[in-house]
Amino acid sequence: MIKAENLSFSYRGDEGAAAALKKLNIDIAGGEFVAILGHNGSGKSTFAKQLNAILTPEEGRLTVFGIDTSDEGSVFELRKNVGMVFQNPDNQIVATVVEEDVAFGLENLGVPRDEMRRRVDEALKTVRMYDYRLHAPHLLSGGQKQRVAIAGILAMEPKCIVLDEPTAMLDPSGRAEVMETVRRLNREKGITIIHITHYMDEAVKADRCIVMDGGEVVMDGPPAEIFARVEELRALGLDVPQAAELMYELRKRGIDAPEGILRSAPCVEAIAKMYKDRGTANVR
Amino acid sequence: MLRDITLGQYYGVNSPLHRMDPRTKMLWVIYYMTLLFMASSVWEYALMTAFTALAVKASRVPIGFITRGLKPIAILMLLTVGLNLFMTPTGSELWRLGFLKITDDGVVIAAKMAVRLVLLIIGSSLLTLTTSPIVLTGGIERLLAPFARLGLPSHEIAMMMSIALRFIPTLMEETDKIIKAQTSRGADFESGGPIKRVKAMAPILVPLFVGAFRRADELAVAMECRCYRGGSGRTSLRRFAFGRDDLFALIWAVALLAAIITIKVVTR
Ligand SMILES: Nc1ncnc2c1ncn2[C@@H]1O[C@H](COP(=O)(O)OP(=O)(O)O)[C@@H](O)[C@H]1O
Ligand SMILES: [Mg+2]
Repeated sequence: MIKAENLSFSYRGDEGAAAALKKLNIDIAGGEFVAILGHNGSGKSTFAKQLNAILTPEEGRLTVFGIDTSDEGSVFELRKNVGMVFQNPDNQIVATVVEEDVAFGLENLGVPRDEMRRRVDEALKTVRMYDYRLHAPHLLSGGQKQRVAIAGILAMEPKCIVLDEPTAMLDPSGRAEVMETVRRLNREKGITIIHITHYMDEAVKADRCIVMDGGEVVMDGPPAEIFARVEELRALGLDVPQAAELMYELRKRGIDAPEGILRSAPCVEAIAKMYKDRGTANVR
Repeated sequence: MLRDITLGQYYGVNSPLHRMDPRTKMLWVIYYMTLLFMASSVWEYALMTAFTALAVKASRVPIGFITRGLKPIAILMLLTVGLNLFMTPTGSELWRLGFLKITDDGVVIAAKMAVRLVLLIIGSSLLTLTTSPIVLTGGIERLLAPFARLGLPSHEIAMMMSIALRFIPTLMEETDKIIKAQTSRGADFESGGPIKRVKAMAPILVPLFVGAFRRADELAVAMECRCYRGGSGRTSLRRFAFGRDDLFALIWAVALLAAIITIKVVTR
């Protein structure tokens, strides 16, 4: 439902400098959970901002749910369907009361009050922040603020949510809250998720990983496939999930460790199985 | 801690004054001030005082909160009362010390001045004590809406006010952090003369401003992402409607005016 064809873009006033996006070709289906990886400056945020026409292609085309992002007449229709959550929760909350902030997008769209009330309450319940609806946002934890930001997007009933490093400023429990919420939205409501992250353990939870470098897509595939390419990832300045790294190091030492293991639980199982199959002495 | 500073002085309880529409309250404060400035006889002052006491009682805000608002203007009050007390040339002399003299007229004028100032502060702080800042900004937007046709950016004014309200605690917190960070690097904000202290503020203000501009930038993008396009065609989650309490406010307004006119006619 998202289709980028030869999408190129460079920031104005930056002539001579390398383009931020170079002939990007990406196809994302409705309902997919995609993680976008890449080191700083690889063009992830620039791509994200293309998706709801904050920036528009210089060359090539980007269609999102049938809307060409260069079409100025459909900008608000597009932004209603593609919600955006940013890194710093403090800089995207507009109002001084949680529920007023969740209502902000609906107010902008001119949604009638009764329907607004219903959608705000439902969105707050979905992200489990309903009990905090009358609180002041600046007193919430980072994870709670991000969930409020997600609720504000959710109330607009989008088809897709783009999250640009939403967990970068959070503590581990805040990260877990946000990830749990995002995954639930994907599974239960079928919302397409595009999750930009530096955390490999988050990328592992996606259906698909896209790795960007220098404004280009350099890898694209399911996490198991991507994280088997340990050397390439390292060359791009990226980490590998610990479990995958362990398996990779074992394989490098000639031990027959299975590929495609990304999380700790299957990793433990695999190691136990290797012991059983080959005998303890061998593995040592 | 800087961030303990609360904004405004909203005291959240349920009272007829709290339930009133913010527009009613704002118009009432303007009306109340007009009456106060038109008051001349002692009887009118007595009536206004009695009415104010009644309003304070109805607001269910503790007296302590209300008198707290008087503290910042104590000096101003002493000054005006003192000036009126000693500088009124008319009336019969009661007391004299060199060029300073107190006359009976002076005493009355000073007393009226004091009462007027106190009532003025109490009346206007009742507005902010019974109306949360966000409701107040919403009320201002709606009150100014008719002037939008004359080119007054009423929505933008209200939006600016509410964003300021939203970011003041955040910026306070940030200032706190910056002060701690600079102090831990050996910056000294406490000692030295005024010029040295002002100079010491630079390492706080520069990062604060840089941070504020970055925030403003990000917030603008975030607002655009949520379909913000100015005030036209916007709806509001909050309902602004005149209710029973606003009707009472109107009745009180008429009654107070009638009483004041009666006093003016009778004492003439
Ligand atoms: N507002 C901007 N003006 C000019 N150049 C920018 C701007 N934002 C990003 N860039 C440049 O565009 C490239 C891609 O940046 P970005 O999309 O932010 O990368 P990422 O999100 O992957 O870290 C970088 O080289 C960056 O310096
Ligand atoms: Mg980025």
